[in-house]
Amino acid sequence: MNRANPRTLVRRWYGEGTLHLVLMAASFALAGYAGVRLLAGDTLGVAVWFVGAALVHDLVLVPLYASADLLLRRCSGRRSGSVNYVRVPAFLSGLLLLMWFPLITRQAEHYEPYSGLSPDVFLGNWLLITAVLFLGSGLWLVFRTVRPRRSETKERPSASH
Amino acid sequence: MGDSRRNSPTPHASLSRFSSGRAATLLERLPSAPGFWRSPVRGVGFTAVLGLVLLAGITLLFVTGLLSYAAYNPDLNPVNDKTPDKGLLGFYLFAWPTGPHWLYRLTQGLHVTVGIVLVPVLLAKLWSVVPKLFALPPVRSVGHALERISLLLLVGGALFEFLTGLLNIQLEYLFPGSFYPLHFYGAWVFFAAFLAHAGLRVPQAVRVLRSGGLSGKVRDDPLESPDPAGPTISRRGALAMVGAGSLLLLVTSAGRSFDGPARLLALLTPHGAAEPGSGPDGFQINKTAAAVGITTTETGEGWWLTVSGPAGNLRFTREQLLAMDQYSAALPIACVEGWSTSDQWWRGVRLSDLAALAGYPDRPPGVLVESVQRSGPFRRAALRDNQVRDPRSLLALQVNGEDLSPDHGYPARIIVPAAPGVLNTKWVGRLTFGEL
Repeated sequence: MNRANPRTLVRRWYGEGTLHLVLMAASFALAGYAGVRLLAGDTLGVAVWFVGAALVHDLVLVPLYASADLLLRRCSGRRSGSVNYVRVPAFLSGLLLLMWFPLITRQAEHYEPYSGLSPDVFLGNWLLITAVLFLGSGLWLVFRTVRPRRSETKERPSASH
Repeated sequence: MGDSRRNSPTPHASLSRFSSGRAATLLERLPSAPGFWRSPVRGVGFTAVLGLVLLAGITLLFVTGLLSYAAYNPDLNPVNDKTPDKGLLGFYLFAWPTGPHWLYRLTQGLHVTVGIVLVPVLLAKLWSVVPKLFALPPVRSVGHALERISLLLLVGGALFEFLTGLLNIQLEYLFPGSFYPLHFYGAWVFFAAFLAHAGLRVPQAVRVLRSGGLSGKVRDDPLESPDPAGPTISRRGALAMVGAGSLLLLVTSAGRSFDGPARLLALLTPHGAAEPGSGPDGFQINKTAAAVGITTTETGEGWWLTVSGPAGNLRFTREQLLAMDQYSAALPIACVEGWSTSDQWWRGVRLSDLAALAGYPDRPPGVLVESVQRSGPFRRAALRDNQVRDPRSLLALQVNGEDLSPDHGYPARIIVPAAPGVLNTKWVGRLTFGEL
Protein backbone atom coordinates (compact mmCIF):
# COMPACT_ATOMS: atom_id res chain seq x y z
CA MET A 1 0.00 0.00 0.00
CA ASN A 2 1.28 3.46 -0.84
CA ARG A 3 1.61 5.26 2.49
CA ALA A 4 2.01 8.67 0.92
CA ASN A 5 -1.29 8.46 -0.97
CA PRO A 6 -3.53 11.01 0.80
CA ARG A 7 -6.66 9.09 -0.15
CA THR A 8 -5.41 5.99 1.59
CA LEU A 9 -4.42 8.05 4.61
CA VAL A 10 -7.88 9.59 4.87
CA ARG A 11 -9.49 6.19 4.52
CA ARG A 12 -7.26 4.70 7.21
CA TRP A 13 -7.47 7.46 9.82
CA TYR A 14 -10.93 8.75 9.05
CA GLY A 15 -12.72 5.57 8.04
CA GLU A 16 -14.64 7.11 5.14
CA GLY A 17 -13.81 8.66 1.76
CA THR A 18 -12.47 12.16 1.14
CA LEU A 19 -15.84 13.43 -0.13
CA HIS A 20 -17.36 12.39 3.21
CA LEU A 21 -14.75 14.42 5.10
CA VAL A 22 -15.27 17.49 2.91
CA LEU A 23 -19.07 17.32 3.22
CA MET A 24 -18.91 16.90 7.00
CA ALA A 25 -16.50 19.82 7.40
CA ALA A 26 -18.63 22.12 5.24
CA SER A 27 -21.83 21.02 6.97
CA PHE A 28 -20.52 21.50 10.50
CA ALA A 29 -19.02 24.88 9.65
CA LEU A 30 -22.37 26.16 8.34
CA ALA A 31 -24.34 24.49 11.16
CA GLY A 32 -21.93 26.05 13.65
CA TYR A 33 -22.32 29.52 12.15
CA ALA A 34 -26.12 29.31 12.38
CA GLY A 35 -26.06 27.26 15.60
CA VAL A 36 -24.25 29.96 17.59
CA ARG A 37 -27.05 32.36 16.61
CA LEU A 38 -29.76 29.79 17.34
CA LEU A 39 -28.39 29.24 20.83
CA ALA A 40 -27.79 32.95 21.52
CA GLY A 41 -31.07 33.42 23.40
CA ASP A 42 -32.29 30.70 25.73
CA THR A 43 -29.32 28.37 25.15
CA LEU A 44 -30.46 25.51 27.35
CA GLY A 45 -34.09 25.74 26.24
CA VAL A 46 -33.20 25.62 22.55
CA ALA A 47 -30.72 22.75 23.04
CA VAL A 48 -33.33 20.80 24.99
CA TRP A 49 -35.92 21.37 22.26
CA PHE A 50 -33.52 20.50 19.45
CA VAL A 51 -32.08 17.30 20.94
CA GLY A 52 -35.23 16.50 22.90
CA ALA A 53 -37.35 16.49 19.73
CA ALA A 54 -35.15 13.73 18.29
CA LEU A 55 -35.05 11.77 21.56
CA VAL A 56 -38.79 12.01 22.21
CA HIS A 57 -39.50 10.93 18.64
CA ASP A 58 -37.11 7.97 18.66
CA LEU A 59 -37.59 6.79 22.23
CA VAL A 60 -41.23 7.67 22.93
CA LEU A 61 -43.29 8.22 19.78
CA VAL A 62 -41.88 5.35 17.70
CA PRO A 63 -42.10 2.73 20.51
CA LEU A 64 -45.60 4.00 21.32
CA TYR A 65 -47.05 3.58 17.84
CA ALA A 66 -45.02 0.42 17.17
CA SER A 67 -46.50 -1.13 20.34
CA ALA A 68 -49.99 -0.04 19.34
CA ASP A 69 -49.43 -1.68 15.95
CA LEU A 70 -48.11 -4.87 17.59
CA LEU A 71 -51.16 -5.01 19.85
CA LEU A 72 -53.40 -4.51 16.85
CA ARG A 73 -51.74 -7.36 14.95
CA ARG A 74 -51.98 -9.67 17.98
CA CYS A 75 -55.70 -8.88 18.26
CA SER A 76 -56.43 -9.36 14.58
CA GLY A 77 -55.28 -13.00 14.74
CA ARG A 78 -54.52 -15.04 11.65
CA ARG A 79 -56.16 -12.96 8.97
CA SER A 80 -53.11 -10.77 8.53
CA GLY A 81 -54.54 -8.60 5.73
CA SER A 82 -57.56 -7.54 7.75
CA VAL A 83 -55.35 -5.59 10.18
CA ASN A 84 -55.08 -2.77 7.64
CA TYR A 85 -58.79 -2.00 7.89
CA VAL A 86 -58.06 -0.74 11.41
CA ARG A 87 -54.43 0.28 10.92
CA VAL A 88 -54.99 2.76 8.06
CA PRO A 89 -57.88 4.78 9.58
CA ALA A 90 -56.18 4.69 13.00
CA PHE A 91 -52.94 5.99 11.45
CA LEU A 92 -54.75 8.79 9.60
CA SER A 93 -56.78 9.82 12.61
CA GLY A 94 -53.76 9.63 14.92
CA LEU A 95 -51.70 11.71 12.51
CA LEU A 96 -54.31 14.49 12.54
CA LEU A 97 -54.49 14.39 16.35
CA LEU A 98 -50.70 14.53 16.68
CA MET A 99 -50.39 17.53 14.36
CA TRP A 100 -53.32 19.59 15.57
CA PHE A 101 -53.23 18.59 19.24
CA PRO A 102 -53.19 22.19 20.57
CA LEU A 103 -56.23 23.14 18.49
CA ILE A 104 -58.21 19.92 18.97
CA THR A 105 -57.69 19.91 22.74
CA ARG A 106 -58.26 23.70 22.94
CA GLN A 107 -54.81 24.29 24.46
CA ALA A 108 -54.05 27.10 22.01
CA GLU A 109 -55.38 29.87 24.20
CA HIS A 110 -54.38 32.71 21.87
CA TYR A 111 -56.37 31.30 18.97
CA GLU A 112 -59.80 32.73 19.79
CA PRO A 113 -58.83 36.22 21.01
CA TYR A 114 -56.31 36.76 18.18
CA SER A 115 -58.25 35.41 15.20
CA GLY A 116 -61.83 35.97 16.32
CA LEU A 117 -62.48 32.33 15.42
CA SER A 118 -63.77 29.66 17.76
CA PRO A 119 -61.43 26.70 18.31
CA ASP A 120 -64.38 24.60 19.43
CA VAL A 121 -65.00 23.31 15.89
CA PHE A 122 -61.77 21.34 15.69
CA LEU A 123 -62.56 18.57 18.20
CA GLY A 124 -65.86 17.91 16.45
CA ASN A 125 -64.26 18.03 13.01
CA TRP A 126 -61.53 15.60 14.08
CA LEU A 127 -64.09 13.18 15.53
CA LEU A 128 -66.20 13.44 12.36
CA ILE A 129 -63.20 12.80 10.09
CA THR A 130 -62.24 9.83 12.30
CA ALA A 131 -65.78 8.46 12.08
CA VAL A 132 -65.82 8.83 8.28
CA LEU A 133 -62.41 7.12 8.00
CA PHE A 134 -63.43 4.10 10.08
CA LEU A 135 -66.85 3.92 8.42
CA GLY A 136 -65.24 4.02 4.98
CA SER A 137 -62.77 1.35 6.01
CA GLY A 138 -65.60 -0.83 7.37
CA LEU A 139 -67.61 -0.48 4.17
CA TRP A 140 -64.52 -1.35 2.13
CA LEU A 141 -64.00 -4.45 4.30
CA VAL A 142 -67.61 -5.54 3.74
CA PHE A 143 -67.25 -4.89 0.01
CA ARG A 144 -64.03 -6.94 -0.13
CA THR A 145 -65.57 -9.85 1.83
CA VAL A 146 -68.64 -9.97 -0.38
CA ARG A 147 -66.92 -9.55 -3.76
CA PRO A 148 -64.80 -12.77 -3.88
CA ARG A 149 -67.99 -14.87 -3.49
CA ARG A 150 -69.53 -13.12 -6.48
CA SER A 151 -66.46 -13.56 -8.61
CA GLU A 152 -66.40 -17.23 -7.62
CA THR A 153 -69.98 -17.70 -8.87
CA LYS A 154 -69.13 -15.79 -12.02
CA GLU A 155 -66.06 -17.89 -12.67
CA ARG A 156 -67.91 -21.19 -12.34
CA PRO A 157 -69.39 -21.31 -15.87
CA SER A 158 -66.09 -20.36 -17.47
CA ALA A 159 -64.37 -23.06 -15.45
CA SER A 160 -66.69 -25.71 -16.93
CA HIS A 161 -65.60 -24.95 -20.49
CA MET B 1 -45.55 -1.72 10.75
CA GLY B 2 -44.70 -5.22 11.74
CA ASP B 3 -42.00 -4.80 14.37
CA SER B 4 -42.31 -7.40 17.08
CA ARG B 5 -40.10 -9.17 19.48
CA ARG B 6 -39.13 -12.73 18.88
CA ASN B 7 -40.82 -15.19 21.17
CA SER B 8 -38.14 -17.87 21.18
CA PRO B 9 -34.37 -17.60 21.49
CA THR B 10 -32.30 -18.26 18.41
CA PRO B 11 -30.79 -21.77 18.04
CA HIS B 12 -27.23 -20.63 18.58
CA ALA B 13 -28.24 -18.92 21.80
CA SER B 14 -29.83 -22.06 23.21
CA LEU B 15 -26.67 -24.04 22.43
CA SER B 16 -24.61 -21.94 24.84
CA ARG B 17 -24.51 -22.45 28.56
CA PHE B 18 -27.68 -21.50 30.42
CA SER B 19 -26.47 -18.14 31.79
CA SER B 20 -24.81 -16.98 28.60
CA GLY B 21 -27.86 -18.31 26.77
CA ARG B 22 -29.98 -16.01 28.91
CA ALA B 23 -27.62 -13.14 28.13
CA ALA B 24 -27.75 -13.90 24.42
CA THR B 25 -31.52 -14.03 24.55
CA LEU B 26 -31.55 -10.70 26.32
CA LEU B 27 -29.22 -9.20 23.71
CA GLU B 28 -31.47 -10.61 21.02
CA ARG B 29 -34.41 -8.80 22.59
CA LEU B 30 -32.69 -5.42 22.59
CA PRO B 31 -33.25 -2.93 19.76
CA SER B 32 -29.52 -3.19 18.97
CA ALA B 33 -30.05 -6.73 17.65
CA PRO B 34 -30.79 -6.78 13.91
CA GLY B 35 -33.48 -9.39 14.55
CA PHE B 36 -35.35 -7.04 16.88
CA TRP B 37 -36.69 -5.04 13.93
CA ARG B 38 -38.93 -7.39 12.00
CA SER B 39 -41.08 -5.29 9.70
CA PRO B 40 -40.83 -6.66 6.15
CA VAL B 41 -41.61 -3.17 4.86
CA ARG B 42 -38.17 -1.79 5.74
CA GLY B 43 -35.56 -1.80 3.00
CA VAL B 44 -33.37 0.68 1.18
CA GLY B 45 -35.90 0.91 -1.69
CA PHE B 46 -38.67 2.05 0.67
CA THR B 47 -36.38 4.55 2.38
CA ALA B 48 -35.06 5.79 -0.99
CA VAL B 49 -38.57 6.68 -2.25
CA LEU B 50 -39.38 8.62 0.93
CA GLY B 51 -35.93 10.23 0.90
CA LEU B 52 -36.30 11.52 -2.64
CA VAL B 53 -39.76 12.95 -1.88
CA LEU B 54 -38.24 14.76 1.11
CA LEU B 55 -35.31 15.96 -1.00
CA ALA B 56 -37.70 17.77 -3.32
CA GLY B 57 -40.14 18.82 -0.59
CA ILE B 58 -37.62 20.15 1.92
CA THR B 59 -35.72 22.01 -0.79
CA LEU B 60 -39.02 23.74 -1.65
CA LEU B 61 -39.61 24.51 2.04
CA PHE B 62 -36.12 25.97 2.40
CA VAL B 63 -36.39 28.15 -0.71
CA THR B 64 -39.89 29.45 0.13
CA GLY B 65 -38.72 30.01 3.71
CA LEU B 66 -35.79 32.14 2.51
CA LEU B 67 -38.18 34.04 0.24
CA SER B 68 -40.48 34.75 3.17
CA TYR B 69 -37.52 36.05 5.13
CA ALA B 70 -36.64 38.36 2.24
CA ALA B 71 -40.28 39.49 1.94
CA TYR B 72 -40.02 41.16 5.36
CA ASN B 73 -37.22 43.40 3.99
CA PRO B 74 -35.18 42.80 7.16
CA ASP B 75 -32.21 44.75 5.78
CA LEU B 76 -34.34 47.87 5.31
CA ASN B 77 -34.81 48.94 8.91
CA PRO B 78 -34.31 47.40 12.38
CA VAL B 79 -38.09 47.41 13.00
CA ASN B 80 -38.50 44.79 10.26
CA ASP B 81 -35.58 42.68 11.46
CA LYS B 82 -36.20 40.00 14.08
CA THR B 83 -32.77 38.44 13.44
CA PRO B 84 -30.26 41.34 13.63
CA ASP B 85 -27.35 38.89 14.15
CA LYS B 86 -27.97 37.09 10.86
CA GLY B 87 -24.56 38.04 9.41
CA LEU B 88 -23.82 36.21 6.16
CA LEU B 89 -27.07 34.24 6.36
CA GLY B 90 -28.79 37.27 4.85
CA PHE B 91 -26.38 37.29 1.89
CA TYR B 92 -29.12 36.84 -0.71
CA LEU B 93 -31.54 39.52 0.50
CA PHE B 94 -33.11 41.66 -2.21
CA ALA B 95 -35.80 44.31 -2.51
CA TRP B 96 -39.05 42.34 -2.29
CA PRO B 97 -41.15 43.14 -5.37
CA THR B 98 -44.77 44.31 -5.39
CA GLY B 99 -45.84 42.09 -8.26
CA PRO B 100 -47.44 39.78 -8.99
CA HIS B 101 -49.72 40.91 -6.17
CA TRP B 102 -50.32 37.29 -5.06
CA LEU B 103 -46.59 36.53 -4.79
CA TYR B 104 -46.35 36.19 -1.00
CA ARG B 105 -49.71 34.47 -0.88
CA LEU B 106 -48.28 31.81 -3.21
CA THR B 107 -44.81 31.39 -1.70
CA GLN B 108 -45.96 31.33 1.91
CA GLY B 109 -49.06 29.25 1.14
CA LEU B 110 -46.72 26.70 -0.46
CA HIS B 111 -44.27 26.89 2.44
CA VAL B 112 -46.84 26.08 5.11
CA THR B 113 -49.14 23.76 3.14
CA VAL B 114 -46.27 21.67 1.74
CA GLY B 115 -44.77 21.58 5.23
CA ILE B 116 -48.03 20.22 6.64
CA VAL B 117 -48.35 17.67 3.83
CA LEU B 118 -44.75 16.42 4.31
CA VAL B 119 -45.22 15.47 7.99
CA PRO B 120 -46.31 11.85 7.31
CA VAL B 121 -43.46 11.46 4.79
CA LEU B 122 -40.95 12.68 7.37
CA LEU B 123 -42.35 10.39 10.08
CA ALA B 124 -42.31 7.40 7.71
CA LYS B 125 -38.75 8.17 6.65
CA LEU B 126 -37.59 8.32 10.26
CA TRP B 127 -39.44 5.07 11.03
CA SER B 128 -37.80 3.36 8.08
CA VAL B 129 -34.27 4.01 9.37
CA VAL B 130 -34.83 3.75 13.13
CA PRO B 131 -32.92 0.41 13.46
CA LYS B 132 -29.75 2.28 12.46
CA LEU B 133 -30.06 4.43 15.58
CA PHE B 134 -29.49 1.37 17.79
CA ALA B 135 -27.05 -0.51 15.54
CA LEU B 136 -23.82 -1.77 17.12
CA PRO B 137 -21.06 -0.79 17.32
CA PRO B 138 -22.30 2.76 17.94
CA VAL B 139 -19.17 4.22 16.38
CA ARG B 140 -16.97 2.50 13.80
CA SER B 141 -14.58 5.31 12.90
CA VAL B 142 -13.99 9.04 13.20
CA GLY B 143 -15.98 9.58 10.00
CA HIS B 144 -18.84 7.47 11.30
CA ALA B 145 -18.88 9.39 14.59
CA LEU B 146 -19.07 12.72 12.73
CA GLU B 147 -21.87 11.41 10.55
CA ARG B 148 -23.86 10.32 13.59
CA ILE B 149 -23.53 13.79 15.15
CA SER B 150 -24.58 15.24 11.81
CA LEU B 151 -27.61 12.92 11.83
CA LEU B 152 -28.60 14.28 15.24
CA LEU B 153 -28.59 17.77 13.70
CA LEU B 154 -30.58 16.39 10.76
CA VAL B 155 -33.27 14.60 12.75
CA GLY B 156 -33.37 17.09 15.61
CA GLY B 157 -33.34 19.95 13.11
CA ALA B 158 -36.15 18.52 10.99
CA LEU B 159 -38.36 17.88 14.02
CA PHE B 160 -37.46 21.29 15.52
CA GLU B 161 -38.44 23.07 12.30
CA PHE B 162 -41.68 21.16 11.77
CA LEU B 163 -42.61 21.47 15.44
CA THR B 164 -41.96 25.22 15.72
CA GLY B 165 -43.82 25.76 12.44
CA LEU B 166 -46.85 23.67 13.43
CA LEU B 167 -47.04 25.28 16.88
CA ASN B 168 -46.65 28.80 15.49
CA ILE B 169 -49.53 28.44 13.02
CA GLN B 170 -51.70 27.16 15.89
CA LEU B 171 -50.70 30.28 17.88
CA GLU B 172 -49.30 28.00 20.59
CA TYR B 173 -46.05 29.76 21.48
CA LEU B 174 -44.50 27.05 23.66
CA PHE B 175 -41.05 27.21 22.06
CA PRO B 176 -38.12 28.81 23.93
CA GLY B 177 -37.99 32.26 22.35
CA SER B 178 -39.34 34.28 19.45
CA PHE B 179 -40.49 32.23 16.47
CA TYR B 180 -38.53 34.22 13.89
CA PRO B 181 -34.94 33.60 15.08
CA LEU B 182 -35.72 30.03 16.16
CA HIS B 183 -37.26 29.00 12.86
CA PHE B 184 -34.73 30.95 10.75
CA TYR B 185 -31.47 29.90 12.44
CA GLY B 186 -32.88 26.42 13.08
CA ALA B 187 -33.55 26.12 9.34
CA TRP B 188 -29.91 26.86 8.54
CA VAL B 189 -28.62 24.32 11.08
CA PHE B 190 -31.05 21.76 9.70
CA PHE B 191 -30.27 22.58 6.08
CA ALA B 192 -26.51 22.30 6.69
CA ALA B 193 -27.02 18.73 7.92
CA PHE B 194 -29.58 18.09 5.15
CA LEU B 195 -27.08 19.07 2.43
CA ALA B 196 -24.42 16.72 3.79
CA HIS B 197 -26.95 13.90 4.12
CA ALA B 198 -28.26 14.47 0.60
CA GLY B 199 -24.71 14.59 -0.77
CA LEU B 200 -23.91 11.24 0.84
CA ARG B 201 -27.19 9.43 0.24
CA VAL B 202 -28.91 10.71 -2.90
CA PRO B 203 -26.56 8.84 -5.30
CA GLN B 204 -27.26 5.66 -3.33
CA ALA B 205 -31.03 6.24 -3.36
CA VAL B 206 -31.07 6.84 -7.11
CA ARG B 207 -28.94 3.73 -7.70
CA VAL B 208 -31.23 1.56 -5.58
CA LEU B 209 -34.38 2.75 -7.33
CA ARG B 210 -32.81 2.35 -10.78
CA SER B 211 -31.60 -1.16 -10.11
CA GLY B 212 -34.48 -2.78 -8.28
CA GLY B 213 -37.20 -0.27 -7.73
CA LEU B 214 -39.29 -0.37 -4.60
CA SER B 215 -39.80 -4.11 -4.14
CA GLY B 216 -36.68 -5.41 -5.87
CA LYS B 217 -34.08 -7.32 -3.88
CA VAL B 218 -31.01 -5.28 -2.97
CA ARG B 219 -27.92 -7.27 -2.10
CA ASP B 220 -26.75 -6.70 1.50
CA ASP B 221 -29.69 -4.39 2.16
CA PRO B 222 -28.71 -2.77 5.48
CA LEU B 223 -32.30 -1.83 6.29
CA GLU B 224 -33.98 -5.13 5.49
CA SER B 225 -34.85 -7.27 8.51
CA PRO B 226 -32.79 -10.48 8.67
CA ASP B 227 -35.80 -12.20 10.23
CA PRO B 228 -38.92 -10.51 8.84
CA ALA B 229 -42.34 -11.06 10.39
CA GLY B 230 -45.19 -12.25 8.20
CA PRO B 231 -46.25 -9.48 5.84
CA THR B 232 -49.42 -7.56 6.67
CA ILE B 233 -48.86 -4.77 4.14
CA SER B 234 -46.66 -4.49 1.05
CA ARG B 235 -44.08 -1.74 0.61
CA ARG B 236 -46.30 -0.26 -2.04
CA GLY B 237 -49.21 -0.44 0.39
CA ALA B 238 -47.21 1.26 3.14
CA LEU B 239 -46.26 4.06 0.75
CA ALA B 240 -49.91 4.39 -0.24
CA MET B 241 -50.79 4.75 3.45
CA VAL B 242 -48.25 7.55 3.86
CA GLY B 243 -49.57 9.15 0.66
CA ALA B 244 -53.12 8.91 2.00
CA GLY B 245 -51.95 10.79 5.10
CA SER B 246 -50.47 13.54 2.94
CA LEU B 247 -53.59 13.71 0.78
CA LEU B 248 -55.85 13.95 3.83
CA LEU B 249 -53.71 16.77 5.21
CA LEU B 250 -53.75 18.55 1.86
CA VAL B 251 -57.56 18.36 1.62
CA THR B 252 -58.05 19.56 5.20
CA SER B 253 -55.60 22.45 4.96
CA ALA B 254 -55.20 23.86 1.42
CA GLY B 255 -58.53 25.71 1.63
CA ARG B 256 -57.13 28.15 4.19
CA SER B 257 -55.55 30.03 1.29
CA PHE B 258 -58.94 30.93 -0.19
CA ASP B 259 -62.22 32.52 0.87
CA GLY B 260 -65.59 30.84 0.48
CA PRO B 261 -66.37 27.12 0.33
CA ALA B 262 -62.69 26.11 -0.01
CA ARG B 263 -61.94 27.50 3.45
CA LEU B 264 -64.84 25.56 4.95
CA LEU B 265 -63.18 22.39 3.65
CA ALA B 266 -60.00 23.19 5.60
CA LEU B 267 -61.57 21.36 8.53
CA LEU B 268 -58.54 20.94 10.75
CA THR B 269 -56.23 23.89 10.24
CA PRO B 270 -55.95 27.24 11.98
CA HIS B 271 -57.87 29.93 10.07
CA GLY B 272 -59.68 27.11 8.31
CA ALA B 273 -63.24 25.81 8.64
CA ALA B 274 -64.86 29.22 9.25
CA GLU B 275 -64.78 32.95 8.59
CA PRO B 276 -64.80 35.26 11.61
CA GLY B 277 -67.87 37.08 10.33
CA SER B 278 -70.18 37.68 7.42
CA GLY B 279 -70.57 40.66 5.13
CA PRO B 280 -67.98 42.92 3.51
CA ASP B 281 -65.52 42.79 6.43
CA GLY B 282 -66.11 39.15 7.37
CA PHE B 283 -62.76 37.91 6.04
CA GLN B 284 -59.88 36.51 8.12
CA ILE B 285 -58.23 38.57 10.88
CA ASN B 286 -54.66 38.11 12.12
CA LYS B 287 -55.15 39.95 15.40
CA THR B 288 -58.42 41.48 16.52
CA ALA B 289 -58.57 45.02 17.90
CA ALA B 290 -59.53 43.66 21.31
CA ALA B 291 -56.51 41.31 21.40
CA VAL B 292 -54.04 44.21 21.10
CA GLY B 293 -55.99 46.63 23.26
CA ILE B 294 -57.29 48.95 20.55
CA THR B 295 -60.43 50.78 21.66
CA THR B 296 -62.36 53.84 20.49
CA THR B 297 -60.14 55.93 22.79
CA GLU B 298 -57.33 55.51 20.22
CA THR B 299 -59.39 55.30 17.05
CA GLY B 300 -62.46 57.44 17.77
CA GLU B 301 -63.05 61.19 17.31
CA GLY B 302 -59.62 62.09 18.70
CA TRP B 303 -57.72 60.11 16.05
CA TRP B 304 -55.63 61.85 13.44
CA LEU B 305 -52.89 60.78 11.07
CA THR B 306 -49.48 62.45 11.25
CA VAL B 307 -47.52 62.52 7.99
CA SER B 308 -43.86 63.56 8.37
CA GLY B 309 -41.26 64.52 5.79
CA PRO B 310 -39.34 67.52 4.51
CA ALA B 311 -42.63 69.45 4.46
CA GLY B 312 -42.92 69.05 8.24
CA ASN B 313 -45.47 67.28 10.39
CA LEU B 314 -48.91 67.32 8.79
CA ARG B 315 -52.08 66.23 10.53
CA PHE B 316 -55.12 64.75 8.82
CA THR B 317 -58.47 63.70 10.23
CA ARG B 318 -60.28 60.78 8.63
CA GLU B 319 -62.67 63.21 6.90
CA GLN B 320 -59.74 65.07 5.36
CA LEU B 321 -58.26 61.78 4.12
CA LEU B 322 -61.63 60.79 2.64
CA ALA B 323 -61.76 64.15 0.85
CA MET B 324 -58.51 63.37 -1.03
CA ASP B 325 -58.37 61.44 -4.32
CA GLN B 326 -59.50 57.88 -3.53
CA TYR B 327 -58.09 54.86 -5.38
CA SER B 328 -58.97 51.18 -5.38
CA ALA B 329 -56.84 48.04 -5.32
CA ALA B 330 -57.89 44.38 -5.20
CA LEU B 331 -55.33 42.74 -2.91
CA PRO B 332 -55.19 39.76 -0.54
CA ILE B 333 -54.06 39.50 3.06
CA ALA B 334 -51.39 36.78 3.20
CA CYS B 335 -50.02 35.75 6.58
CA VAL B 336 -46.65 34.21 7.45
CA GLU B 337 -48.76 31.46 9.08
CA GLY B 338 -49.68 30.32 5.57
CA TRP B 339 -53.33 31.34 5.46
CA SER B 340 -54.50 34.04 3.11
CA THR B 341 -57.67 35.67 1.88
CA SER B 342 -58.81 36.05 -1.68
CA ASP B 343 -58.46 39.56 -3.16
CA GLN B 344 -60.39 42.18 -1.17
CA TRP B 345 -61.45 45.47 -2.71
CA TRP B 346 -59.59 48.16 -0.76
CA ARG B 347 -60.17 51.89 -1.20
CA GLY B 348 -58.17 54.81 0.16
CA VAL B 349 -55.33 57.27 -0.43
CA ARG B 350 -52.23 56.32 -2.42
CA LEU B 351 -49.05 56.19 -0.35
CA SER B 352 -47.28 58.07 -3.16
CA ASP B 353 -49.84 60.91 -2.85
CA LEU B 354 -49.17 61.14 0.89
CA ALA B 355 -45.42 61.13 0.15
CA ALA B 356 -45.96 64.07 -2.20
CA LEU B 357 -47.72 66.00 0.58
CA ALA B 358 -44.80 65.15 2.90
CA GLY B 359 -42.37 66.78 0.47
CA TYR B 360 -41.51 64.07 -2.05
CA PRO B 361 -43.47 65.03 -5.19
CA ASP B 362 -41.69 62.46 -7.33
CA ARG B 363 -39.62 59.31 -6.73
CA PRO B 364 -40.69 59.01 -3.07
CA PRO B 365 -38.43 57.16 -0.62
CA GLY B 366 -39.51 54.49 1.86
CA VAL B 367 -41.78 55.08 4.82
CA LEU B 368 -41.81 54.14 8.47
CA VAL B 369 -45.37 53.22 9.48
CA GLU B 370 -46.43 53.40 13.11
CA SER B 371 -49.63 52.01 14.55
CA VAL B 372 -51.48 53.47 17.50
CA GLN B 373 -51.20 49.94 18.91
CA ARG B 374 -49.08 50.23 22.08
CA SER B 375 -47.32 46.86 22.02
CA GLY B 376 -46.67 43.98 19.67
CA PRO B 377 -43.71 42.99 17.50
CA PHE B 378 -44.94 44.70 14.33
CA ARG B 379 -46.58 47.84 15.68
CA ARG B 380 -43.97 49.65 13.57
CA ALA B 381 -42.97 48.53 10.08
CA ALA B 382 -40.84 49.94 7.28
CA LEU B 383 -41.83 49.89 3.61
CA ARG B 384 -39.28 50.21 0.81
CA ASP B 385 -39.42 52.85 -1.92
CA ASN B 386 -40.69 50.35 -4.52
CA GLN B 387 -43.59 49.56 -2.20
CA VAL B 388 -44.44 53.24 -1.64
CA ARG B 389 -44.26 53.96 -5.39
CA ASP B 390 -46.61 51.13 -6.46
CA PRO B 391 -49.95 52.76 -7.38
CA ARG B 392 -51.80 49.90 -5.65
CA SER B 393 -50.16 50.67 -2.28
CA LEU B 394 -52.80 52.45 -0.23
CA LEU B 395 -53.56 53.90 3.11
CA ALA B 396 -56.92 52.11 3.00
CA LEU B 397 -59.99 53.64 4.61
CA GLN B 398 -62.59 51.25 3.24
CA VAL B 399 -62.82 47.63 2.20
CA ASN B 400 -65.38 45.93 -0.02
CA GLY B 401 -67.48 49.10 -0.17
CA GLU B 402 -67.73 49.74 3.58
CA ASP B 403 -65.66 51.60 6.16
CA LEU B 404 -62.94 49.40 7.67
CA SER B 405 -64.09 47.47 10.72
CA PRO B 406 -62.09 47.88 13.96
CA ASP B 407 -60.59 44.39 13.49
CA HIS B 408 -59.38 45.28 9.99
CA GLY B 409 -57.69 48.48 11.10
CA TYR B 410 -60.25 51.34 11.35
CA PRO B 411 -59.69 54.26 10.94
CA ALA B 412 -56.85 53.58 8.41
CA ARG B 413 -54.52 50.76 7.46
CA ILE B 414 -51.71 50.04 5.03
CA ILE B 415 -52.26 47.64 2.14
CA VAL B 416 -49.30 46.84 -0.13
CA PRO B 417 -49.27 44.29 -2.98
CA ALA B 418 -47.32 41.06 -2.35
CA ALA B 419 -46.22 42.12 1.15
CA PRO B 420 -46.50 39.79 4.18
CA GLY B 421 -49.62 40.50 6.27
CA VAL B 422 -47.80 42.03 9.24
CA LEU B 423 -46.33 44.78 7.02
CA ASN B 424 -49.91 45.87 6.21
CA THR B 425 -50.05 47.84 9.45
CA LYS B 426 -53.49 48.39 11.01
CA TRP B 427 -54.70 51.39 13.06
CA VAL B 428 -52.03 53.63 11.50
CA GLY B 429 -51.17 56.78 13.48
CA ARG B 430 -48.02 58.08 11.81
CA LEU B 431 -46.22 57.88 8.46
CA THR B 432 -42.62 59.11 8.31
CA PHE B 433 -41.31 59.38 4.75
CA GLY B 434 -37.56 59.53 4.18
CA GLU B 435 -34.36 57.52 4.07
CA LEU B 436 -34.82 54.60 6.45
